[in-house]
Amino acid sequence: MTNSIEEIAGSEVIFVIGSNTTEAHPQIARRIIRAVDKGATLIVADPRDTAMAEIADIHLKLNPGTDIPLLNAMMRVILREGLIDDAFIEMRTENFNALRDTLFAQDFDALVELTGISPELIKRAARLYASAQKATICYCLGITQHVCGTANVESIANLAMITGHVEQDYTGVNPLRGQNNVQGACDMGALPGVFPGYQAVSDEKVREKFARAWKTDLPEAPGLTVMDMTHQGVRNGIKAMFIMGENPVLSDPDSSAVEKNLSSLDFLAVADIFLTETAQLADVVFPAASFAEKTGTITNSERRVQLMQRAIEPLGECRADTEIIAALSNLMGYPMNYQEPAEIMEEIALLTPIYGGIYHDRLERSWGIQWPCPNREHPGTPYLHKYSFARGRGRFVPASHIPPKELPDGDYPFMLITGRTYHHYHTGGMTRASEILSREEKEAFVEINPQDAERIRVRNGQLVRLRSRRGEITVRARATKRVPEGILYTTFHFAESPVNRLTNPARDPVAKCPEYKVCAVAVEPADG
Amino acid sequence: MQMNHVPSVCCFCGCGCGFYFNVSDGRITGISPSRSHPVSRGNLCVKGWHAHEFVYSPNRLLHPLVRKNGRLVRASWDEALSRTAEALRKVLEREGGGAIGLLSSAKCTNEENYLLQKLARAVLKTNNVDHCARL
Repeated sequence: MTNSIEEIAGSEVIFVIGSNTTEAHPQIARRIIRAVDKGATLIVADPRDTAMAEIADIHLKLNPGTDIPLLNAMMRVILREGLIDDAFIEMRTENFNALRDTLFAQDFDALVELTGISPELIKRAARLYASAQKATICYCLGITQHVCGTANVESIANLAMITGHVEQDYTGVNPLRGQNNVQGACDMGALPGVFPGYQAVSDEKVREKFARAWKTDLPEAPGLTVMDMTHQGVRNGIKAMFIMGENPVLSDPDSSAVEKNLSSLDFLAVADIFLTETAQLADVVFPAASFAEKTGTITNSERRVQLMQRAIEPLGECRADTEIIAALSNLMGYPMNYQEPAEIMEEIALLTPIYGGIYHDRLERSWGIQWPCPNREHPGTPYLHKYSFARGRGRFVPASHIPPKELPDGDYPFMLITGRTYHHYHTGGMTRASEILSREEKEAFVEINPQDAERIRVRNGQLVRLRSRRGEITVRARATKRVPEGILYTTFHFAESPVNRLTNPARDPVAKCPEYKVCAVAVEPADG
Repeated sequence: MQMNHVPSVCCFCGCGCGFYFNVSDGRITGISPSRSHPVSRGNLCVKGWHAHEFVYSPNRLLHPLVRKNGRLVRASWDEALSRTAEALRKVLEREGGGAIGLLSSAKCTNEENYLLQKLARAVLKTNNVDHCARL
């Protein structure tokens, strides 16, 4: 996030796109609701009638996968009506002409038609967003989990930059991070292309710096991304894998392919707190300590690095992952001797400029520090890009409509969207272990419009079979007008109805993020 | 009976609410939100209030497992670690680091993620390390 969570409450216009905020990020939804109570305008772009959409001033009910046409149409209005921020564009950005040319080359009516939204609503939303003093955009996986995820994000950046809606408090672009430490895992270089702090593996100077610090030579060859390992690992020459705290057999798209690939490895080791579907395929499984049983830091969506302190001794023979990794490393002849996690953090601070001033002793006395924090005296950074972008000038990257890879047809006439529910989390291992959370939502459901339900003769509460080109699952139907006709919505928390048997592994070419949000399915009563 | 309040951070979404574990006699009995925390401000969502419950789930894995004759059976830490180190060393020597892949985790700490990518790069000589952020 460019801004802090608390700042959202002070925004004048909030544009939420591709985020079911009340269910997935309750604390952020709280700020949005508070802003609306104080008179802020809320614009929500979502194919479904989410709780956020219900309280919105404008609900842009777009067809799934038409975010670029929507954003381009909004920018067309802003350009034509002279609502751009000329000074910001001139001083802080580059490549504006390319964006303008692309936008004017596209027919406004054709863009609007793709989205399925009325042109008047789009114009109103564009004017409100552009003319506000403090306007913020919140987006989530509804934007990124598409074959055009990168272009979607770039289009959001285009919209924020032509209106100068960055570099201030209450004003910015805020991707809402889904997991407690997805920000930190990226910051720490658990990515094939970068060392900690986004320092590129391809940069020889960076490699030399880490090689000196770690006293060993380091590989230059670019690494594989997650699906190149989980789906095509064996084909890509992978013989052995170590998986820490992930369950790709349930969480990755086209999951039957994952199971097959992982089973054909020569060796698989998994560290987890449960014997997950992935761990069941392993040759060695390490029992990991849960977050209550260890000390360490995690980084939230607003870049706040916070300390979790050990509350209880590890259960059974469980050990923290840092101990497991260090023990393995020692056995392999590379000593890793850390007395405690605080020492690891010191090494991180020395090698990672954005974490340069973040040490456990500082975190023990506060509720965290927001990076960039270059030195011990630095208080942290509540919002980004104040006088310049990380790369210097902000670059406009124009985009045109890229339709979802798989659209409904005669055989698979429905479009399936996947997402989270309020009471559960991811593959369900943690939330389903809670009696109360489990009671609230016991099993998987699929939302279907009542008109569709009637047409295919499915009653509310009946079991239905969902089929895609990749597999099939059984779930309970929930007839509701929250979804428009032709669209189904289901969740991914339940191993008995593993929705990722259905999802499409087609990926964005840059981010390599699969298109979880749209695939074509057929639906029929399960007992007929 | 001794009651302690240990500060921690919620393990679910990216909001990062601060809370205290209520610990009595070495066991977590509940969770109290922090009133001064900049995100949670005395509030938690339903998942946060119940964030400690899975810790004591009967399904927790409490000892290492090693596959023998096709089945996962209980093993000692020494056996699990040395079998893993041997298997990785064999692949590394025969095929090089490019034949090893590692998945890190958005549910693990910064320190754990840092060490895993260090293990990948410095020890196993591969940049094949990624996690679910791109999913």
